[in-house]
Amino acid sequence: MREWADFTTETGTDGGISIALSGPLCVSSVGRIDERLRAIEEQVEAIDLAQVGAFDTVGAWLVTRMAEERGAKITGGSEEAMRLIAAVRGEHIDEDLLETVPTSADEAAGELGALANIAQRFGAFVIAYADGVIRLIAFLGSLLIAFGALIRHPSRFRRNALVRQIELSGVNALPIVGLMSFLIGIVIAQQGAVQLRQFGAEIYTVNLTGRLSMRELGILMTAIMFAGRSGSSFAAQIGTMKLTEEIDAMRTIGVSPMEALVVPRVLAALLIMPLLGFYAAVLSIIGGAFVSMFSLDIPFFSFLNRIQEVVPMHDIWVGLIKAPLFGLIVALAGCYQGMQVEGNSEEVGLRTTVAVVQAIFAVIVLDAFFAVFFTEVGWG
Amino acid sequence: MNRPEQSAEPAVVIEGLKNAFGSHVVHEDLDLVVRRGEILGVVGGSGTGKSVLLRSIIGLQQPEAGHIEVLGDQVAEERDPDDVDVRSRWGVLFQGGALFSTLTVAENVEVPLREFHPEIGDELRREIALYKIKLAGLPEDAADKFPSELSGGMRKRAGLARALALDPELLFLDEPTAGLDPIGAAAFDELTRELQDTLGHTVFLITHDLDTLYEICDRVAVLADKRVIAVGTIPELLALDHPWIQEYFNGPRGRAAQAAQRRSKSKGMDKIRKAGA
Repeated sequence: MREWADFTTETGTDGGISIALSGPLCVSSVGRIDERLRAIEEQVEAIDLAQVGAFDTVGAWLVTRMAEERGAKITGGSEEAMRLIAAVRGEHIDEDLLETVPTSADEAAGELGALANIAQRFGAFVIAYADGVIRLIAFLGSLLIAFGALIRHPSRFRRNALVRQIELSGVNALPIVGLMSFLIGIVIAQQGAVQLRQFGAEIYTVNLTGRLSMRELGILMTAIMFAGRSGSSFAAQIGTMKLTEEIDAMRTIGVSPMEALVVPRVLAALLIMPLLGFYAAVLSIIGGAFVSMFSLDIPFFSFLNRIQEVVPMHDIWVGLIKAPLFGLIVALAGCYQGMQVEGNSEEVGLRTTVAVVQAIFAVIVLDAFFAVFFTEVGWG
Repeated sequence: MNRPEQSAEPAVVIEGLKNAFGSHVVHEDLDLVVRRGEILGVVGGSGTGKSVLLRSIIGLQQPEAGHIEVLGDQVAEERDPDDVDVRSRWGVLFQGGALFSTLTVAENVEVPLREFHPEIGDELRREIALYKIKLAGLPEDAADKFPSELSGGMRKRAGLARALALDPELLFLDEPTAGLDPIGAAAFDELTRELQDTLGHTVFLITHDLDTLYEICDRVAVLADKRVIAVGTIPELLALDHPWIQEYFNGPRGRAAQAAQRRSKSKGMDKIRKAGA
């Protein structure tokens, strides 16, 4: 069992008390007596260490602080204990620091009151936001410059990096995107069939699955998967390279990080997103056809034939127009956040999260906008 | 490579440099001249902006004010990308090596070659890279290893090999011996000196290592109070009455390094050479 420090008090001659400490007086054992010692209100005359066992600097600090605060003398300490006490006595801690350390924001809040505090925080937020906007514009500007430079010097274009990114973000994503879309197709067809059956309109399950997959879900789910798979890895990779000074090393060698890292990733996203999105839509339709076989008794190939009749060509265009834009957003968010990493490894995690959240949010907002827009222009 | 004349125009000229992060001023009115063909050591307490100075010279940090000329070329100004870049004439060894972690050591060394001299064929480029790796004191089988498979000391040597890839006129080393054991550090010092003797480049070296300063630096620049307060040989600096300089070179570690240098001078450098090999 753990041994704890303890103490007894004794009334002394001048009405004050003397405290006799006992047991080990170490960092592991003083925790429970500190508050009780602080609660003593009487005048303390002496602190007796005769029964103290193990003794370390924390014990020494406790004894010294009490002795100094209360003007008590220390008696009965062993030689080692007294040496530790002498060592501790030389160190004084600034009174202000003993208060819980306030952050600058808290401090300002304490001075200004709640209302001003809100204003202050809002102001800080606005400034940080404006700063973020400026950085983003600077990032987009340097990306344009990098594209411009590559158009003027096509030999500097990193074909290998582009192919590698296409492989990592596109080819390697095929199984997971395919499986996800297939399952989503099953869910749409299955749930759609249940609802539509109430009106005797099960046959419209084909329309529902086909049009929803091509227009919306195929591309949207792919973009979300792309943000989770590739957007996050862009941010984490580039962020880590910033931390390890690899980006700095690139610059000193004359390699532009924009050209070497960002351009291949953005281009890869632009190229593969339409392909991945279309692939996802097809797989989703196959999923729908698959479930229709069982729940609607529509043969697999009749379902696919019917798709050709009910899905207008412009639905495919809607999906294909949105795809590169969504890819661009995800890739830009990932690379931008990665390039903003500074200082410590926590930033990498933070920036990666922000990259994914921002990308998914922006994609969904944009998708809502497109949904209205395309319907308004007659591609309903 | 021809040994540049000692009297030729300076390798680096810094005039009136000012660096600040927000309201925190790191450098103010900083002047420094690095002569051609010398090994200049830069010392200073923590937070005096040694690394920031290095970053300003190599153009990673945009100074608030001042004028930096490297090998007769303005750094801060926008350059035409078609120009023969001043960056092809220097090599930088970052503190942690900063190797590209997805490339092997040989590929790392090939990056600057590929970048500035795309006309060099694959075979020759590989040969050059292997030679530089040997030059930096790495075993040949390190060439196809990835940085994560190397020890800290080997990673620095690999970084050095990359910095040497283009036979630079100017070599920047950021704390090359930090984190190395004494034998490794002495060997690295010796390597730096030997390379400088053979290749004749200028070395700008940030260090905390007093042994390095005594063993290989021709001159030492002391950074304090946001400026370079003194530049000179160590005896010249010791003659100055600045408290920080006195404490730095005459502290217990300073005296030990001094004594070590005296010993090694009398015995010759053979021992350290052996340790290096």
